[in-house]
Amino acid sequence: MALLEIKNLHASVAGKEILKGVTLALEPGEVHAIMGPNGTGKSTLSNVIAGREGYEVTKGQVLLDGEDVLAMAADERARAGIFLAFQYPVEIPGVTTSAFLKTALNAKRRAAGEKEIDAMEFMKLVKKKTEALGMPYDMIKRALNVGFSGGEKKRAEVLQMTMLEPRVAILDETDSGLDIDALRVVSDGVNSLRAPDRAFLVITHYQRLLDYIVPDHVHVLANGRIAASGGKELALELEAEGYAKYLNAAA
Amino acid sequence: MAANQETAAAVKNVEQYKYGFVTDIESDMAPKGLSEDIVRFISAKKGEPEWMLEWRLKAYRYWLTLADEEPTWAKLIYPKIDYQASYYYAAPKQKLASMDEVDPKLLETYKKLGIPLAEQAILAGVAVDAVFDSVSVATTYKKKLEEMGVIFKPISEAVHSHPELVKKYLGSVVPYTDNFYATLNCAVFTDGSFVYIPKGLRCPMELSTYFRINEKNTGQFERTLIVADEGSYVSYLEGCTAPQRDENQLHAAVVELIALDDAEIKYSTVQNWYPGDADGRGGIYNFVTKRGACRGKNSKIMWTQVETGSAITWKYPSCILQGDNSVGEFYSVAITNNRQQADTGTKMIHLGANTRSKIISKGISAGHADNTYRGLVRIGAKADKSRNYTQCDSLLIGDKCGAHTVPYIESRNPSAVTEHEATTSKISDDQLFYCLQRGMTQEEAVSLIVNGFCKEVLQTLPMEFAVEAQKLVSISLEGSVG
Repeated sequence: MALLEIKNLHASVAGKEILKGVTLALEPGEVHAIMGPNGTGKSTLSNVIAGREGYEVTKGQVLLDGEDVLAMAADERARAGIFLAFQYPVEIPGVTTSAFLKTALNAKRRAAGEKEIDAMEFMKLVKKKTEALGMPYDMIKRALNVGFSGGEKKRAEVLQMTMLEPRVAILDETDSGLDIDALRVVSDGVNSLRAPDRAFLVITHYQRLLDYIVPDHVHVLANGRIAASGGKELALELEAEGYAKYLNAAA
Repeated sequence: MAANQETAAAVKNVEQYKYGFVTDIESDMAPKGLSEDIVRFISAKKGEPEWMLEWRLKAYRYWLTLADEEPTWAKLIYPKIDYQASYYYAAPKQKLASMDEVDPKLLETYKKLGIPLAEQAILAGVAVDAVFDSVSVATTYKKKLEEMGVIFKPISEAVHSHPELVKKYLGSVVPYTDNFYATLNCAVFTDGSFVYIPKGLRCPMELSTYFRINEKNTGQFERTLIVADEGSYVSYLEGCTAPQRDENQLHAAVVELIALDDAEIKYSTVQNWYPGDADGRGGIYNFVTKRGACRGKNSKIMWTQVETGSAITWKYPSCILQGDNSVGEFYSVAITNNRQQADTGTKMIHLGANTRSKIISKGISAGHADNTYRGLVRIGAKADKSRNYTQCDSLLIGDKCGAHTVPYIESRNPSAVTEHEATTSKISDDQLFYCLQRGMTQEEAVSLIVNGFCKEVLQTLPMEFAVEAQKLVSISLEGSVG
């Protein structure tokens, strides 16, 4: 059974249909990339999977380990193991990254029937994770995303991902606004999380990110549908030729 | 942030106001209503000296002339209060000498409130002067404090044991003519705390009082007087909870602080009176006059308040900065939910040279509540080079509540500098979704975001209070989203 299965998914925003039948299956251990021009529904897809309000699913299914994801509230989906790395991480003034991480981690642990993490254990864990990601430990003392540079915000997303150890991680345009060094740090973080029981859905506009996070499958999302699928070479082809032919074909 | 998670767990169990219970202790009550006889009755009950009674009567007679001067300028809507429909005196019957003699029912009440009196005193190093209804029933750590020369006792006792101090300072910051509610308090106050810190002493423990309204229809008129002599320091904590009932209850306390040369007073409050139900029925009317006088040079007074309860809050803890180089600070978190209304802020009156004041106010509104910051910064003609910094932030949850900021600045000295910053924001859907996507529940998310918003104020509280305050913030906002 696929880890995450998206079946004929239709979704609209304010009455306008954006996703027009997306079908996709992520097996455990796989990395799938979704590419496509702006406005074809890439972010809609990630938001619908994560359960953001304002999107109406009119048809289709999303299953995590066979469980109906669409029947769950957003926080339940997160605790079930769906993680969304945001394109624009949100500032939470006055809340330290550390406090935020701890609250999130404990929410997950409680849901799993585990004991809440104690302060010492938590500090040790964060230290280990920040070191592994090459991040300054002091970052966790700052208010989450407040005054963070673009690179710091994305690194904070990856730190959260490594702390929460999701089943399925969705990276929504994680490469946007990153210079090459930041891109490398973030990619290294993601790659270190690749595991046989975890899957990734990497949404990106550019092929560049896929030099660092090498996908098993590449899909083209155009006009609300998967217009083509292939291996990692498909990304290179798209880079060279653009999306025009898929847009025309789909239209 | 462990407190946040604890809160979230607690919140789930809390369907109604957590402290909504009534302890059944037979009360020794004065007849209903207010008259000169009642004032005399209260004074007689306390066995007060003649001068105290005279002061009360003076206040009462003055109050009668104020009949038409009940303040109406605050942004508060409530039915006219019938002052003859209230009881002005209720006290537990037994007079107690020690903790051992405290009525077990009373101790049970404290337990429900999460205040294991004796244990807390020992564990936290907090001396607790517990006010139950109007009479202090227990005072712990008295001896240790006494040895250091600290006087910390019910004001009704201080009237007898230290009449010279009480006479000198009572009404010296908030005179009996001050305002409608303060005047009423002067006439009928039943008890409260008296604190005196001797010269040069840094009081090594936080002094704390827990107030509790218990008797039905009993107006609460607490009176607190704190004097910090030259070069001394004291931190005083006040916390409140009240049982649930339908009638509105009047609470008109007066707190006076006096800091002499080089003295510092830190006064922290967590106010959690019963706020009324979701439709605005019941709840405490809280009309409080709190004022501190930085009478000496280089003195400092710092108010921190976390106001989460009461149906109506009318409260402006203020500083009169009389001594040169004196400092006044006001840190406030005011949370209103459902139909609660709060009109709260501060006054910083700069009289001496080089006086400095700082105001940090965080107002949070949810449900149908209204929350007003009202503040006055006045710089007198002689307050050369004085400075004020004011920051007022409002946070709205939902679209049916209101936040209002009414700052007054009056400067009569061109060398003074005043700064005012204000923001109003909402908890955004983006912030909420972000937290939910990390697995937090709505309640945890709101609690986290709001606690972040209030952090600057909460971190000025003493440690054990800060934890309690964080929990209160969350409980107060229960059900405000989704």
